[in-house]
Amino acid sequence: MSKKIGKAAALTATIAAAALLLSACGGQTTPAEGDGLSGAVAADGSSTVAPLAEAAADQFRDVEPGVNVTVATSGTGGGFKAFCAGETDISDASRPIKDEEAAECEANGIEFTEIVIANDGLAVVVNAENDWIEDITVEQLNKIWAPESEGVVTNWNQVDPSFPDVPLALFGPGTDSGTFDYFTGEINGEEGAIRADYSPSEDDNIIVQGVAGEPGGMGFFGLSYVEENADVIKALEVGGVYPTVETVQDGSYTPLGRPLFIYVSNASYTDKPEVKAFVDYFVANAVSIAEAALFVPLTDEQITVATEELATLG
Amino acid sequence: MSTIASTGGPATRPDLPVTASQFLGRRRYGEIAIRLFLRIAAAITVITTVGILIALAIPSIGFFAEVPVFEFLFGTRWAPRFADASFGVVPLVTATAWTTVLALLVAVPLGLGAAIFLAEYARPRARKVLKPILEILAGVPTVVYGYFALQFVQTTVFREWLQLPTGAFSVLAAGVVMGVMIVPTIASISEDAMSAVPQSMRQGSAALGANRMQTTLRVVFPAALSGIVAAIVLGISRAVGETMIVAIAAGNQARIVTNPLEQGQTMTGFIANAALGDSRVGSLEYDTLFAVGLLLFLITLLINFISIRFVRRFREIY
Amino acid sequence: MSTIGSTIAGTIRPERPLASGRNGERRPLSLIFLMLLWLSLLIAFGVLVTLVITIIIDGQGQFSWRLFTEFPASDPDRAGARPAILGSAWVIGTTAVMTIPLGVAAAVHLEEFADKKNWFNRMIELNVQNLAAVPSIVYGLLALAFLTMLGVRDKNIVIAGALALSLLILPVIIISTREALRAVPQEIRQGSLALGATQWQTTWRQTLPSAVPGIATGSILALSRALGEAAPLLVLGALVFVSFDPNGLLSGYTTLPIQIFNWTGRPQEGFHQLAAATSVVLLGLLVIMNGLAITIRNRYQKRW
Repeated sequence: MSKKIGKAAALTATIAAAALLLSACGGQTTPAEGDGLSGAVAADGSSTVAPLAEAAADQFRDVEPGVNVTVATSGTGGGFKAFCAGETDISDASRPIKDEEAAECEANGIEFTEIVIANDGLAVVVNAENDWIEDITVEQLNKIWAPESEGVVTNWNQVDPSFPDVPLALFGPGTDSGTFDYFTGEINGEEGAIRADYSPSEDDNIIVQGVAGEPGGMGFFGLSYVEENADVIKALEVGGVYPTVETVQDGSYTPLGRPLFIYVSNASYTDKPEVKAFVDYFVANAVSIAEAALFVPLTDEQITVATEELATLG
Repeated sequence: MSTIASTGGPATRPDLPVTASQFLGRRRYGEIAIRLFLRIAAAITVITTVGILIALAIPSIGFFAEVPVFEFLFGTRWAPRFADASFGVVPLVTATAWTTVLALLVAVPLGLGAAIFLAEYARPRARKVLKPILEILAGVPTVVYGYFALQFVQTTVFREWLQLPTGAFSVLAAGVVMGVMIVPTIASISEDAMSAVPQSMRQGSAALGANRMQTTLRVVFPAALSGIVAAIVLGISRAVGETMIVAIAAGNQARIVTNPLEQGQTMTGFIANAALGDSRVGSLEYDTLFAVGLLLFLITLLINFISIRFVRRFREIY
Repeated sequence: MSTIGSTIAGTIRPERPLASGRNGERRPLSLIFLMLLWLSLLIAFGVLVTLVITIIIDGQGQFSWRLFTEFPASDPDRAGARPAILGSAWVIGTTAVMTIPLGVAAAVHLEEFADKKNWFNRMIELNVQNLAAVPSIVYGLLALAFLTMLGVRDKNIVIAGALALSLLILPVIIISTREALRAVPQEIRQGSLALGATQWQTTWRQTLPSAVPGIATGSILALSRALGEAAPLLVLGALVFVSFDPNGLLSGYTTLPIQIFNWTGRPQEGFHQLAAATSVVLLGLLVIMNGLAITIRNRYQKRW
């Protein structure tokens, strides 16, 4: 009767073997073109920039199928921590690197190059049924989101007496997000300064759900989520300017128009040909990648600058 | 070959535990090695618990060096990652309590009802079909449950069909769906407990003229009580420890929850959200993660202890 | 409870049969009770059916072979869940290899060899029951701390995920194996011992083989639970975009639940449909695994 154990063992072994076989024969991607590079490229950081890096990785795989690109989303701050510890090759960021982060990189001997890879508009959104406001000023935004407003400013009619009596319901990215840093820096004057009684989420879709679910809902995130959800939320004009590709590119959507960055580790670029190939591809195709990922592409000027930055690396 | 008769082994003394010392004479070294391996395997469970305690305790010590225990346990503002930080865990605990209670309100009646039906009323063939289908409920990934709670239950059922005054997230939606997830746990263990009650008791009850409902409620149910309580307690533990459903559907705002239609962030929801970001090892944010984890672990430990003592007191051996 | 008189009358008059299907169900209270029981089952099943229907409806735009053969992409119409499927296979396979032998060995020790009166062994028993109730995310934290201690930098590797999941389901496997072993009657063991076998021989050749169906059932159910887990892996940093097949224990990976979680976080509606479609695939896998466990239980389970 120990053959029953044998049977069970054989069954397990078969399943395990089948799984391995499946992955083995699945993994044989025929290298179509490219130099047949292999290896791994590790990118981490902003969840705003991640779709760009993913689009790049996705398209890059057609050119170099042997290279494994992973894109993680620990947030801009989290990405920098990993980057300055030497764990990643590329750091995605939706804000420039802070001085203390740069200092840490330097302390660990990590030299990097900053490349602007796309533009983004940070949209301020409200519930689609909100019919009392179309245009918001920076002062009003500050009044709503400032740390001092915690528990104090809880209703729309406190923002402006002409607004109806509707409770505020605030949603936004969490503290690890570069979007969060950027918004708080521009609106509240200090990065990280915000009232603590809003609903944070690293998942922008949750923010959409939140704003769409409350008549007094308000949130902020990248432009790409606005277009996809235009039926339940609407973007406000900020200072009279509505966020579009054009207004972001020509700088009139301010202060919430911002560049998106990738930070490349110089050592990785020079030592690992797969990293060099990926970054070159990314920059060379930045415009088409941005469009694929629903971002605002670089202007011609920015493209020149980026290519020059890249040249200093090579 | 047999040394058993000479030493009065298990065949003659079934009340004594069988130990190696009763097999003297023919020492088989392979066996000793195997039994050592078995012992080590069992010890790994202890190592795991010790490991959990150490892994949670070390960062927590760092945490409590900065934040007084009193403030942590009784403070009412939870804002650990903001500039003006507060570390009062009460809001997280209220959200966890609400989701757990709501889950139990759903799971206990449904679970016990299903268990009673399967154990006492269903024909064996029906049981063979129904029980596996019930177990599928337990197998649905919690991510799927989470989005079901958010999109169908909260948005479609609560807000569109029932027009309840609720926002995008609520502890009610998360709690109810969590309850459904736990139903198979409670049902399965309760059903096993009730099936273990000997037929003789049912027959005795029937012989005294009781109908099936009376037999079930007054004879079988009390006899299986310890198993049923164990099932409910396991359900409580699962509810307290569930992560994905609450992270997705209950909301992310750490606030004291007073009304099930409101949103809130549970302890597990906080850990999940914090883990999605990144915290530098050794920083206060990193330690906060583990402090909440420690609290969670201790709560489930406490619940378990209570249950085991309860079960031991009321267990009837047949 | 009826008086003696009517019970005696009941045994004489056969129109009140004793123990079968619907006896005594004519009283309204009993009928209501029965209906309530049916209702519980119906509600539970109703929710399950609703869940399945909603995700099928949500995912209907994206059911195609592409789901199985393509890699994730930034365009939902070109994306597929292949790395997730293979990643799940790798992680669950590794978990099974790590945890089943260990769990069965521990259960065998606790059930067959350990002196149950010994306080140390009772503590282990208590311990296993506690571990079974620990939230899954705590196991992720444990694996995280363990790997940090070992100095592993990139924790998003197959073996790390397998470690967290193995520890998670180990108590469950131990408990279900012990139940299976307990179900084997003492007479089997005693007969074997009486014939001169050592305790290990008895266990290996008599007890374990008889318990294999129960062990297999418990293990498969535990593995199916591990298949659906996302929280511990999230803590280990598994929420990454992966565009390649996993190719080893140290390879990056993603699993089906994590891919679903990933896709639902995208703005495009197409990704939400993909997530729903992948959920259907995952559910299908779970149904198959559960079905396998049930078949084994029904076919091979001995009734003593």
